[in-house]
Order: sequence, then structure tokens, then C-alpha cells
Amino acid sequence: MSRLLALAALAVLLGAVPPALAAGSAGGSRAAAAPAAAKTPVSEDTVHDVAAQLRCVVCQSLSVADSPSETAHEMKGIIRERLAAGESPEQVRAYFVEKYGNWILLSPPRQGFNLLVWVVPFAGLGLGLVLVLLVVRRWSRRPVPALAPPMDPAMRARIRREMVEREP
Amino acid sequence: MSRRSRILRWAIPLAVVPVLVLLGYGFRTDPREIPSPLVGKPASPFTLTAFDGTPLSLEALRGQVVIVNFWASWCYPACYEEAPSLERAWQTYKDRGLVMVGVNYQDKDEPARRFLAQFGHTFPNAPDPGSRVSVDYGVYGVPETYFIDRKGRVRFKRVGPVSDEMLKEQIERLLAEAA
Repeated sequence: MSRLLALAALAVLLGAVPPALAAGSAGGSRAAAAPAAAKTPVSEDTVHDVAAQLRCVVCQSLSVADSPSETAHEMKGIIRERLAAGESPEQVRAYFVEKYGNWILLSPPRQGFNLLVWVVPFAGLGLGLVLVLLVVRRWSRRPVPALAPPMDPAMRARIRREMVEREP
Repeated sequence: MSRRSRILRWAIPLAVVPVLVLLGYGFRTDPREIPSPLVGKPASPFTLTAFDGTPLSLEALRGQVVIVNFWASWCYPACYEEAPSLERAWQTYKDRGLVMVGVNYQDKDEPARRFLAQFGHTFPNAPDPGSRVSVDYGVYGVPETYFIDRKGRVRFKRVGPVSDEMLKEQIERLLAEAA
């Protein structure tokens, strides 16, 4: 039984590994609705929002928004510039993808092989839950150990007799 | 022992196998080696002002084989290692249709000029204010070197220092092609 439990735990663990390897796939916020009319004025929120989706190219697992490096600072400058030129946040994102590939995105796009990263954790979690449920159900259904078979009257009488004999 | 628990006895150690395969794959690949999506695509045009004040434009170089090298004076030792090779290649091929352009990445003016003087670079070099050209080329660390053919397409990208052999191989391959 403990083996089944261990298996369940392993399944849950397996589900947890891929996102850890994908280095921060649980990226920040989704792109907010693009302020389509914002041609010249660019809100810092939008800049931050795009920057949060992009990997700082000189850092390890840091977004452009979170990194204090000069590269990140200049990348933010480029984001601001392109937004001010009238590009939508999606277009700015696409520009960086065009230059650096999907590698630049902190959340891998949900398609093709990348889907594994999105699906496996939930599948692992689901599998683990199912296993735990199965185990719990089996435990609760296990019959209570049967009582000792009724003693035959002769033996009962003998025991009683012997106990009486020993007592002073 | 029931058949079921016999299967389980094997299933648990076997469950480790996919994890090991995943880790084995992950640890054997170099996270720094990222294929550039730009190879095979037209090189982004740029216009910069060289350290000596002359304008430097990629458009003006169409029809020639162009090497764009991104470097920085703080990039030690890789940029220092490759610097003499770059100048040697430039001297060897400049009269045969090669143009070499150095782009100075996130550097300060004075140490950058000192670097150029130290290696006696005679090919044009320009700072890249705001890293615009660098981002346009998908640079994520110096040194990086791009080889552009006569048609203006990026044909090869090198991350890390270039060597004499590598330069010779790529330059001669691209010079041999018709415009």
C-alpha cells in the first residue's frame, strides 16, 4: 500500500519537474488590452507589461522588467520607442521574437512541443489525485479484521476453571 | 506476493527513468547556445556614426561580403582574443570584396577607443547608442559575429570569439558566391 502512495507522490513530483526546468515558465501577466489610440503617449504600465514577458538577454531567468542591467534598461527603451511609434504591445513582442526567436519569451507559446510544458504539470497533478483517490477508497473499503472465532464452550470452561484454581 | 505488487515493485524504479532522461538531456545541452532565427534572412539595415565621425551604413555595402562584429572593451578575454584575427582577416581580404564593421556594444567612449588603439584596428568601428542595432541583430552577449553575403542575407552567426580559420572559411565561401 505504501508503494501505491509512493507512486502517487512520484507522479505528482514528475508533474512538477518540467516547469522548473522551463526556467520560470509561469511568466508574468498576460498582455493587457492594447491602448490602440495611444500613439505618442506611452504608459509605463504598458512598457512594463511587455518587458515582463521578455527575457533579459544577459541575465539568468530574469525578465526585462525585473533586471537592473543596462541591457534590460536599453531593451525597455526600445520597447518604449516602438510603442510610441504606434506599435501595439503584440507587435513589439513579435519584433523581439523575430530577432531572438521564441527563446526571448518567458512563457513559451502554447503550441507544438511546448504544449508539454503546459500540459504535463496538470496531467501529473490529475494522475496523482486519481491515484490518491484510489488508495483512499481502497483503505476505506478494507474489511475490519474479523473477530476471533467464537471459542468453544469446553475451552472457555477450562480457562475459567484454571483461573479460579490459581487464585488463592 | 500478488501479480499487482510485483508490477508495482518494478514500476517505481522505472518511473525514475524519464526523469533521468530529461535531466540527462537538459544537462548536456548548452543553455547559452541559442540558434539565431536571423540566419538565412536579410540583414537589418543600419546607419551608425563611426568613432572617427564618418557615417556607416549597411545599405551602402550591398554587393559586398560584410562581417559585422559586436564587441566591447569590457568583454575580456573573448573580445581581446579575437581582435587580432579580425584585423588580420580585414587586411587579407579588404581588397577582395570584404567589408568589416565593428559595432561597440554597451561601452564607454574612452575605453572603447583605447581598445581600438591597442589592437590597431583599421576597419570602421561605431558605437551603438541605445543598443538598437544590437537588438536588431539579436545580440545577447559579446562577442558575436555575423557574416552577410553579397545579397545582404545573414549567412552565419558566431557566438564567442572567431578564429583565423573560421574567418577564412566563411569569408572565402561567401566571396566565391556571385552577387
